Amino acid sequence: MVDERKQIGSGGRAGRGNRQVSPSSAARSLAGASAASTPGQKKTGQKKTGQKTGQKAATPKKAAVDAKKSAPAAKAAAPRKQAAPAPKSSTRKPAAKKAAPAQKAAASPKQPSAEAPPSSRPHLRAVTDDDAAAAAAAAAQEAERRTKSAGAPIPAGIPLDDILSALLGAFQRVMGSDWEARLATLLHAVRMRLSGEYEVDEFGFDPAIVEVLQNAVEPIAEKWFRLEVRGIENIPADGGALLVANHSGTVPVDGLMTGYAVHKYTGRHLRPLGADLVFALPFVGQIARRMGATLACTEDAERLLTGGELAGVWPEGFKGIGKPFTERYKLQRFGRGGFVSSAMRAQVPIVPVSIVGAEEIYPLVGNVPSLARLLGLPYLPITPFFPLLGPLGMIPLPSKWIIEFGEPIRTDAYEPEAADDPMLLFNVTDQVRETIQQTLYRLLVDRGNAFF
Amino acid sequence: MSRTVLVTGVARRFASAVARHLADLADADPDSGVSRVIGVDTVVPDEDLGGVKFVRADIRTPVVGKVIAVEDVDTVVHLDVNPGSRNRLSGSSSKELNVIGTMQLLAACQRSSTVTKVVLGSSTAVYGTSPRDPAMFRESMAARGGVRSGFPKDAVDVESYTRGFARRRPDVLITILRTAQALDPDLEMPLSAYLRNPVLPVVAGYDPRLQFAHVEDLLAVFTESVTHDRPGTFNVAGDGVIMLSQAARRLGRPTLPLPALGFAGALNRIAHAAGSDISPDLHRLLKYGRAVDTSALRDIFGYEPKYTTADVFEQFRQQVRPGILAGIGVR
Repeated sequence: MVDERKQIGSGGRAGRGNRQVSPSSAARSLAGASAASTPGQKKTGQKKTGQKTGQKAATPKKAAVDAKKSAPAAKAAAPRKQAAPAPKSSTRKPAAKKAAPAQKAAASPKQPSAEAPPSSRPHLRAVTDDDAAAAAAAAAQEAERRTKSAGAPIPAGIPLDDILSALLGAFQRVMGSDWEARLATLLHAVRMRLSGEYEVDEFGFDPAIVEVLQNAVEPIAEKWFRLEVRGIENIPADGGALLVANHSGTVPVDGLMTGYAVHKYTGRHLRPLGADLVFALPFVGQIARRMGATLACTEDAERLLTGGELAGVWPEGFKGIGKPFTERYKLQRFGRGGFVSSAMRAQVPIVPVSIVGAEEIYPLVGNVPSLARLLGLPYLPITPFFPLLGPLGMIPLPSKWIIEFGEPIRTDAYEPEAADDPMLLFNVTDQVRETIQQTLYRLLVDRGNAFF
Repeated sequence: MSRTVLVTGVARRFASAVARHLADLADADPDSGVSRVIGVDTVVPDEDLGGVKFVRADIRTPVVGKVIAVEDVDTVVHLDVNPGSRNRLSGSSSKELNVIGTMQLLAACQRSSTVTKVVLGSSTAVYGTSPRDPAMFRESMAARGGVRSGFPKDAVDVESYTRGFARRRPDVLITILRTAQALDPDLEMPLSAYLRNPVLPVVAGYDPRLQFAHVEDLLAVFTESVTHDRPGTFNVAGDGVIMLSQAARRLGRPTLPLPALGFAGALNRIAHAAGSDISPDLHRLLKYGRAVDTSALRDIFGYEPKYTTADVFEQFRQQVRPGILAGIGVR
């Protein structure tokens, strides 16, 4: 069969003319002839071509599989089905569409045999170069006709097949080979969302939202911030742990990035503990709850930790996130050490997390305390770009990020009652703070320039 | 020991259901611990009270003391603490009934030598609702944002009077049951009235967590606290939470996001236009929501709620008319 194809093939690339005649002119003559043919002649012609295609079906299939491994076999076989009833131009489009997933090289040889009925010549004949050209050209003609009515002419040099095959190829590349199953899953998921058939836990945490967010954040984290994560093995694979991190960057992007890193490398969900302002703000509070955040209070922290969750806390709070750029990477006071007592009561380890890079995303050079007070915010940031460039100023600067998860500080050596010993709490708080501060200095040296 | 139970506020559906349940128990089983049930209210109840003896009395007056003395009551179930609704009572008169009624009732109980147990039907509204709330309230916690007015304030006041009574009469057992709202089309609860609106006005940018309790669970808990000694304060609610947006989708009702400023007025107007009645305090709950921890109910009280919040909601959904968007879902 392959030999036969060699015979009927030509020197030129299929569907591109034979270097002497341009496809459109060859096709015009052929198309005119076929249009003028009688129905009776056509029937015999079609029948024979149909048989012939049946024999040949394996070839395009093989070619298609070779050309694109992921293309489903059903698609490659499709032209065979189309060949038998082939009425002239009405099936041309579907046939072209089905053939399109296969690569052009494979699609073109089988097209003429399937579709261009050599009605003027009733005999079984080899498919010539002209036929191949005719198929492409007729498609181009039709495209021309269509676009004329639509009012946007496509240059005659690009046949509709090419565009279609490119589109379908792109679609397949984006969706993968099992796109039908994936589309069905997606639609099902959308339906479930719309009908409210999803579960949230008692904190209002919605894991499906986190998956979506994870994909949305990935390019920002990997391409924009070039996030580097170290010491991921320090996060326990199961059971509760309290992640304690430094806070910076005017807007709590560091919380988002830490959650992203934890979920990406361990598959676990980080449950951030946020200030009450987060939950008082419209939309912000709603999204924060869905992401699994809850209020930074002893009750919630202990509930999460005893439930075996990973809780994240930023004890510097607004003092850390809203500090001026000149004080970057200088840790502020670590709250009142409430996080240590929570971890001790729940008997879970404390993992110090050092985040480098967040300080540079929005360098805070000024503050408008009076306006902030008016709006009920802890500070109103002025960055070199923020009010000046308007919305453009809200784009974070592309600093290089490093997040290091330090060695866990175990609290199960102490009794749960030790949580009532303030001196011990201060000591452990200082230990955590010092660890993070020293790691920050080390990471800063490692990172070098903040942006390159 | 067989008890004579006084139930207040039996003109309300839930209180009458509790009274009837106790009366049925007394009829069915003489050893159940309940021998007689007396219901009091200022108005005659619409429905048949079965084996409950109805006495028309206003608990805001000292008459209730006479009822306790005459009927030889030893257990008082106080269920006349209700959120006001517009068609029934205005804000000030519902406060009058809630707070003054409780004061009079407790005063009568303090004088009485027969009363040995008081069961108070309070509400989880005592925890208020604010952005400073923990995810789940335990019984030991107080409202974070403070309760300023309306029914939550009434409930807090009623509870504090009851605790004062407990100090003065340490021999009387006090059970305070903080119940989440039951979601039943037959009961006049603010949230079920709200959820029956064809369009649900919501506060833009907020998605409260809501919790419901099943009537069966509530009846069982009240009965248990009458027939057994369960002193203390307990939260009663179904496990888990449901977000308001999720609830609206499950019901197939579209939501109408409105700005937080002026939401209360808009909510009232829309509810009024839709022909339903909204409790004046509901708009606060619709902003931040509230959820409670029921581990004390399990561990100390010894009752395992049979229905989760999702179960309660699902039953409610089947009972009410489906919303206009119900066709979109998987059902």
